[in-house]
Amino acid sequence: MNPSLNLWLIPILPLAGAAINGFLGKRSSRRAVTTVALVFCGAAFAMALWVAYRFSSLSLPHQEYLAHWIRIGNFSADFAFYLDQLSLVMLLVVTGVGFLIHIYSVGYMWDDPSYYRFFSYLNLFMFFMLTLVLANNYLLMFIGWEGVGLASYLLIGFWFTKDSAASACKKAFIVNRIGDFGFLIALFLLIKHFGSLNFEQVFSSVEHLSAGAETEALLTAVGILLMVGACGKSAQIPLYVWLPDAMEGPTPVSALIHAATMVTAGVYMVSRSHVIFDRAPTALTVVAIIGTLTAFFAATIGIAQTDIKKVLAYSTISQLGYMFMACGAGAFSAGIFHLMTHAFFKGLLFLGAGSVIHACGGEQDMRKMGGLRSYIPWTFLTMSIATLAIAGIPPMAGFWSKDEILWKAYQVSWVYWAVGVATAFITSFYMFRLWYMTFFGDYRGAQVEAHGHDSHGHDAHGHGEPHESPMVMLVPLMILALLSLVGGFVGWGNHFEHFLAPALGAGEAAAETTSGVTEYLLMGVSVAVALLGWWLAYLLYHKRQDLPQKIADALGGLYQTVVHKYYIDELYAALFVKPLIDGSTRILWQDVDRKIIDAAVNDSGDGARRVSDEARQMESGNIRSYAGWIAAGSAVVIAFMIWTWMGAR
Amino acid sequence: MVPLSYYLVLSGFLFACGVAGFLIKRNVITIFMSIELMLNGVNLSFVAFAAHWQALAGQVFVFFVMVVAAAEAAVGLAIIIAVYRTRETLNVDQVNLLKL
Repeated sequence: MNPSLNLWLIPILPLAGAAINGFLGKRSSRRAVTTVALVFCGAAFAMALWVAYRFSSLSLPHQEYLAHWIRIGNFSADFAFYLDQLSLVMLLVVTGVGFLIHIYSVGYMWDDPSYYRFFSYLNLFMFFMLTLVLANNYLLMFIGWEGVGLASYLLIGFWFTKDSAASACKKAFIVNRIGDFGFLIALFLLIKHFGSLNFEQVFSSVEHLSAGAETEALLTAVGILLMVGACGKSAQIPLYVWLPDAMEGPTPVSALIHAATMVTAGVYMVSRSHVIFDRAPTALTVVAIIGTLTAFFAATIGIAQTDIKKVLAYSTISQLGYMFMACGAGAFSAGIFHLMTHAFFKGLLFLGAGSVIHACGGEQDMRKMGGLRSYIPWTFLTMSIATLAIAGIPPMAGFWSKDEILWKAYQVSWVYWAVGVATAFITSFYMFRLWYMTFFGDYRGAQVEAHGHDSHGHDAHGHGEPHESPMVMLVPLMILALLSLVGGFVGWGNHFEHFLAPALGAGEAAAETTSGVTEYLLMGVSVAVALLGWWLAYLLYHKRQDLPQKIADALGGLYQTVVHKYYIDELYAALFVKPLIDGSTRILWQDVDRKIIDAAVNDSGDGARRVSDEARQMESGNIRSYAGWIAAGSAVVIAFMIWTWMGAR
Repeated sequence: MVPLSYYLVLSGFLFACGVAGFLIKRNVITIFMSIELMLNGVNLSFVAFAAHWQALAGQVFVFFVMVVAAAEAAVGLAIIIAVYRTRETLNVDQVNLLKL
């Protein structure tokens, strides 16, 4: 029997912070708001560290029951928490990166008039994310799942007076709902066939199912539906469209929610459900194909973006694709490994981008940056580490995890590997493109004019030339840079994989069939393509800066297609949004609402008035007519009495 | 001994005359008298039944009705006088201020 760790405190602490800041923050000073937000979030991080410290003495999986929730017949779902190697990794990543981003936000959001609201939402997000990670059943996980969607909605639309932000948050929410629909149906199927949503019960029932076409069909359906949910939350094809728009939110939000933590919820959910996927090879193939396609597709869009945050957004989608590629190859631990390193370097990239934007007084267009290396040396240094990490240059974190994924994918099919390597090349290219455009060459922006020309509120001291961010923003950058630098070494000698093996099934470790030589060869290839991408970016965006325009002109239509993100948004607008709006306008509004619902109400009102106009005539005010009615009424009563009396005889 | 049915027929006739007068006549005084006629028609049936069943309750009821009728006459006549003073008419068809 394990000692109680009071796991419930971990999600509840940020919730308390959110409540305090949300209800009292408006009247408190910025200093008080900061203290509350950081103390509660930091306490959750400290708890997570303490749990990690106690971890080796626990018998796993460690479960803690907090309270009844739903008990109907044999079905039950409780407020209970589940701790194993997988939740521990997620717990540390979420609280750790989350805490760093909280600190960073203090500097970034200091001048925003809704400072308290921002931290309240941020803490609320932490609460839901930790609920998602720690839940011991799918239903509680779904609460967290929906909750992070809500927090994401609130934070994308943080500057809700901006039209684009308001529509971006709606888009994110609606697209996520489509995914949630799949997730929900998967849950219904699980309840119908296993009568439970508890992880332990579901997984042991799945393991004990007899083999057969019917079992496989059921598990494939559940797996694919879960993947639909994951596609929404983790921005995979075809539901990735919300993530680039989500960049309308404040940059720390992009770092925390749309890069490091929330978007990885899908990967976590799929890994958590690995027992189901292990027995549904078709579903796994679907996951792998979606992941591979997304990785490649999003990376190509990233090439032509000029908004620094949009590049990072497409890069996030692409990296999430890698994680799903790993999951689809059955290498869940490689996916989680990449999830962790990605949280470090992508969080760092976004925070660095925030620092760059801050330095340029709110400018996000890379064409107006350049030469920032000398103005913001610390940001440059940390961003460089992150760029090397995501490009997969050894010995940075990204190299280890990406290589692990490619190696596992190669063992399943060389096609995944080939697309993965091509993606790695493109990734390296667009990241170094961003690096060169931002930090090298000459500064192309106008001298930063007086502040207040955008709603970012953080450029109050943005006069003159670009300037370095305050220490409160730089320290998280440095810590994340350190993690991006050394975070990959936990994967050395497959330590990480062996650590996760009890939670993710040991089956994958047995797949080491190809000789070591192949592994090193593949590793060499991926490093080579990364360097090639770097060289190409150097050539095009540093050495011969006239070339990109010429190439773009030469490619013509193809280039335009990429710049416009393959017109996917336009396609969705034409396919789904416009028919929906037209249908709503013409059928639902003008026909159903106006001609049926409104008409029913109006006509019944009119009818009542017409009937009462007639009935009103009885109330003539003429005494004798009243008397007549009384007499007639009495006559009817008497006639009735006589009639019943006759009948009784 | 006059049979009970004679009294009842007379009583019904008196009541019907009252109802008819009430409905047909326009003069308030006449209507008022019609009401008295109906009351007395009912009184007649009460005493007839009291005599027939050898029970006093019917006669007691008649006293009550007569008291109420007297009270009603006092109030009713007062109202009629008040109405006449304001409206200068005893025609009920013209006393229709309650209409709408």
